[in-house]
Amino acid sequence: MTIDAKFPAPKLPQIRRSADSDFFNRWARLFPSLFIIGFFMLAPILVVGTYSFLEADPYGGVRPNYSSAAYAQLVFEENLDGSWGFNPSYVKILWRSILIAGISTALCLIVGFPVAYYMARQPVDKRNFLVLLITIPFWTNLLIRTYCWILILRDTGLVNNSLISAGILDAPFKMLYTNGAILLGLVYTFVPFMILPIYASVERLDLRLLEAGHDLYATRWQVMREIILPLAKPGIIAGSILVFIPCIGAFIAPDLLGGSKKLMIGSLIQLQFSSSRNWPFGAAVTLVLLAFVLIVLMIYAMKSSGKKDLEAA
Amino acid sequence: MDTPAKNSARRFRIGVFPGFGVWTVLFFVYLYVPILILVFFSFNGGKSATVWSEFSLRWYQTAFNNADIQRAAYNSLVIAFVSTGIAVVVAVLAALVTSRGGEFRGKSLAYGTIMLPLVVPEIVTAVATLSFFAALGISWGAGNLIIAHTVFCIPFAYLPIRARLEGMDSSLEQAALDLYANEWRTFWFVTFPLIMPGIISGATLSFIVSIDNFIISLMVAEPGVTTLPIYIYSLVRLGVTPEVNAVSTVMLMISIVFVAISYIAGKR
Repeated sequence: MTIDAKFPAPKLPQIRRSADSDFFNRWARLFPSLFIIGFFMLAPILVVGTYSFLEADPYGGVRPNYSSAAYAQLVFEENLDGSWGFNPSYVKILWRSILIAGISTALCLIVGFPVAYYMARQPVDKRNFLVLLITIPFWTNLLIRTYCWILILRDTGLVNNSLISAGILDAPFKMLYTNGAILLGLVYTFVPFMILPIYASVERLDLRLLEAGHDLYATRWQVMREIILPLAKPGIIAGSILVFIPCIGAFIAPDLLGGSKKLMIGSLIQLQFSSSRNWPFGAAVTLVLLAFVLIVLMIYAMKSSGKKDLEAA
Repeated sequence: MDTPAKNSARRFRIGVFPGFGVWTVLFFVYLYVPILILVFFSFNGGKSATVWSEFSLRWYQTAFNNADIQRAAYNSLVIAFVSTGIAVVVAVLAALVTSRGGEFRGKSLAYGTIMLPLVVPEIVTAVATLSFFAALGISWGAGNLIIAHTVFCIPFAYLPIRARLEGMDSSLEQAALDLYANEWRTFWFVTFPLIMPGIISGATLSFIVSIDNFIISLMVAEPGVTTLPIYIYSLVRLGVTPEVNAVSTVMLMISIVFVAISYIAGKR
């Protein structure tokens, strides 16, 4: 053990235990949480990784034979004559998911930035109250909040009913089961993740910088572009990642508001593990999603020092 | 802080952008009106979920007398209580090490592991846990769900407790140790009462995330073990009914009460 080899450094009075018992105490206390997460989360991810290289059992689950069919199925399909041809349908679903997650993130930024900025400029009491108002929906049930939009958007929902009874529309305008409905639901669900980090970075903004900008004859919008936005950048990046990651794997909004024809990765994975019963293929899609998320997080970790803003949120 | 008006009779205030206030008001309308609509129509006496007829509590009565809902609610509560209990205990132990244990090798790795459930997309955790249970042949009914919920409850319990410990001076604990209290008595009589608000806050948050969790429960739950969100989902798939509105409103209220408790505990 290296600990024995080390010369004991002079210790502060409050530290009475030896280094060995310190080591033991620490890890004994960390063990339960690390064990639960390691054994029931990390190990399962390894299991899914293994499953993606096995054969599918048509009754659900896998057969213990190596096969790369799951990954091949992502891009190719077997024709009737046994040859393999390019099959764009799953690539399209992946692309759709990235696109919808990207647009949702952009919309969250547009919707959220003015709100975050306005909140940060309020007196402290009001500010804390507004933050609480933003966080309450976050802690309420995602499924129920999405369900609320079905009440509003469906053909016999509130909007269509009132427009028809007001005589503006003759027949219901189709809003549910569209891409727009998915976007609306995703933005509604995840916009707090955008607002809070931006709020955290704008709150610390030094007003004197804005004053200096105005003294140098900058207009309001120049001040916004040249001073506020660059200083809020860490918050904007952190917020974008916090929105993008759950959006790309989202299941509830695409499922309830998009209907069965507008698949995204999340619903595709869920289908493979339930009614389609192709676990290896589902596992392969899961790994693709996980790899994508990890790449985004790594780029973020390497490129920015915005870690503090992520934690402050 | 006002500067002299420039080319304009209106007072120019630094850092104020026209329209942002209105935008914020509209945003809060967007955030809360759908929820209010749901609550409003849960009191609708008619058979339609979105056409108002009269005030009535009849759908609450129907929901409360529905045996399936009772069973699902019971499952949800048991799972949330047990997972929260385990998560809080292990989170307190972990937070004591990461906030009071000084610097040591592997600290950031331990922290990263505890935060992991917050980073991995839920659908990934869901199918991974399902595959894992299937591979090991673990089939413990509600036990499977308790395990899965405990995993993602841990970071929610850990963060407020850690925040409390970090914001707290360790001098009282050191005074107790100087006065010959052993470590256990120091924890029990000094640290524990002081971090109580953090524990309450962490416990309520993990209780909420457990009781609200849908996608992990849906994938991991064994046939016959239904939680409230799974039951609501199956109802919504069949069609929109006033009964769904009533159950959903009850769940919303539970969450809001718990957030309020957590907020008040955190403020102390």
